[in-house]
Amino acid sequence: MPANNGRELTLAQAVREALAEEMRRDSRVFILGEDIAEAGHPFKVLTGLVEEFGAERVLDTPISEAGFTGVAVGAAMTGLRPVVDIMFGDFVTLIMDQMVNQAAKVHYMSGGKWRVPMVLRTTLGATRRSAAQHSQSLHAWFCHIPGLKVVLPSTPYDAKGLLKTAIRDENPVAFFEDKMMYRLKGPVPEEEYTIPLGAADIKREGTDITIVATSSMVQVALGAAKLLEEAAISAEVIDPRTLWPLDEKTLINSARKTSRVIVMDEGYGRYGVAAEIASVISEGAFFDLEAPVKRLGAMHVPIPFSPPLEDATVPTEQSVFEAARAMCG
Amino acid sequence: MATAVDPSQLDSQTGNERWLRMYRRMFTIRTFEEQVNDLYTRALMPGLAHLYIGEEAVAVGICEALAPDDYITSTHRGHGHCLAKGAAPDRMFAELLGKEAGYCKGKGGSMHIADPATGNLGANAIVGGSAGIATGAAFTAKRLKTGQVSVCFFGEGALGQGSLYEVMNMASLWKLPVIYVCENNLYNEYTHYSEVTAGDILARGTAFGLAGESVDGQDVRAVHAAARKLVARARAGEGPAMLLANTYRYYGHHVGDVSRDYYRSKQEEQQWKAERDPIQILSDWLCGQKIADRARLDEIQAEVKAQIDQAVEFATRSRYPNVDQVEQDVYAGE
Ligand SMILES: Cc1ncc(C[n+]2csc(CCOP(=O)(O)OP(=O)(O)O)c2C)c(N)n1
Repeated sequence: MPANNGRELTLAQAVREALAEEMRRDSRVFILGEDIAEAGHPFKVLTGLVEEFGAERVLDTPISEAGFTGVAVGAAMTGLRPVVDIMFGDFVTLIMDQMVNQAAKVHYMSGGKWRVPMVLRTTLGATRRSAAQHSQSLHAWFCHIPGLKVVLPSTPYDAKGLLKTAIRDENPVAFFEDKMMYRLKGPVPEEEYTIPLGAADIKREGTDITIVATSSMVQVALGAAKLLEEAAISAEVIDPRTLWPLDEKTLINSARKTSRVIVMDEGYGRYGVAAEIASVISEGAFFDLEAPVKRLGAMHVPIPFSPPLEDATVPTEQSVFEAARAMCG
Repeated sequence: MATAVDPSQLDSQTGNERWLRMYRRMFTIRTFEEQVNDLYTRALMPGLAHLYIGEEAVAVGICEALAPDDYITSTHRGHGHCLAKGAAPDRMFAELLGKEAGYCKGKGGSMHIADPATGNLGANAIVGGSAGIATGAAFTAKRLKTGQVSVCFFGEGALGQGSLYEVMNMASLWKLPVIYVCENNLYNEYTHYSEVTAGDILARGTAFGLAGESVDGQDVRAVHAAARKLVARARAGEGPAMLLANTYRYYGHHVGDVSRDYYRSKQEEQQWKAERDPIQILSDWLCGQKIADRARLDEIQAEVKAQIDQAVEFATRSRYPNVDQVEQDVYAGE
């Protein structure tokens, strides 16, 4: 990380700064979505962009997710660099044909002739008391599809550097932001930087157990690691940062070193991201493991509204702590 | 190669050349498709194909009104659109046979022919799936002020897809240079469109403020005249349009659909072929106007047949892609 002179941004500010910098740098970049111009998006992530770049490049669309995602695919193929804003991650259900059958396949089906350099930005994460249709983490769906890349930042620094790289990528990239982390602050240097896709980041070094965590789960893992430290267990926390491409080597190396692994991801646990990563680690580090790799994800229920019910559906510092202690016991 | 049409030239000598070129293109599509059917029947072609025979005037009349760098998107029934936009039959056949020399290195096949060199954004096997792409291409053309126009071909079956109306709405709001061409060949696969299509088809476009036009899709001159008007309008920044072309497919939904009695009669098929054949209608007109005589048209037919034979020969002789290519082209730039 470059020297940062103490500057801190929220994750929302980091995302906005990445977009603004890329839009200044490349006139082909534009954003489209619902309520993003004067309104700056319901989460206020995009406030101020329309003032600088105008309504042509910060484009308010009708509430037509499939339609405007399709427009973005065509615009990307013909020379622009769209950044699609899908207000809530739950609404990706409406754009799956455009992402899965169009954006992801155009390059391959055309024998490598057409390209789709676009970014899909959307949210994930529960515990905002938003109930079953505004709380899901559906990023695993995109990981399943060849032709797409999938990015899940967990800090303002990562969000900015990864989003800039995603916008410059020649392929469709799905970029998921945890809506509960928009106000999370962290160091972001003034000077320009980018972060390559496919490079995991060790958020905390440790020797006894590896906790692989994505997006919203990274803070939970770091909290659990502190609790574990008090119990004399040294936890290493790794954030893959991009689920595809996946930095398998860093994950496997850490597993070999610590010999115990928990994988956390806020998507549904069943058939999920944690399962895939657990499998990668089991295959790559099997003979160095002291215990089966443990998966922790959202419970397999529609996200309930009532706060005590909702809170029970996602892993917590305490639940990770207990799982880790049991594995190290 | 198709070029933008200057209407004043249509009755002149160059105009006559243009009609003959359209005749040649229509006959090329028909002969191409007959060969596809033949390859399928002789078990030389993997998979299936959806033939465009009977509908040739639509693709040809429209693409003749387009410049080489104008965009099209096509459908599962796409061979005609691709050829009309300038694709070469030999590389088309190679693609249909899954050969490396094909437009998509054999990775796309019959339903996914794409070719940047002729402005072909790709044929699409998701019914209605390319409406967004065509609209996005028009969005780019407007943003970058390139003067290009984008044409979205789709069958009337795609009228059932909601995303079509989403993009029509945006195209109208943003005055995009896109033309939605609905080819109504009466059947969504094996179901007559009237069983599944309520209300007025063209009104679905005009409700959004699109210019609407309906033409006899068997008459290439009518199709071309309508296309010229709508293309000029779009190019001048006057916004999107919907063109409804009424047409008919002679063969089955795909090459394997040979027993069609349960959804349409032989008599109906016979009647369209006898009375509404687009190539016959154009040749009658060409001869009537003394633009060409029968001998000239026979000459064109012979040339086309020879070209198609060579193209099939080329594709048959071409090699399959090496298996190590299976993982190439998943991601761009790697
Ligand atoms: C989204 C989707 N649904 C169903 C199909 C299967 N299917 C392929 S072609 C077709 C009929 C299309 O009819 P139409 O759009 O009128 O085109 P035509 O075949 O008549 O040219 C159907 C249902 C598909 N390819 N895509």
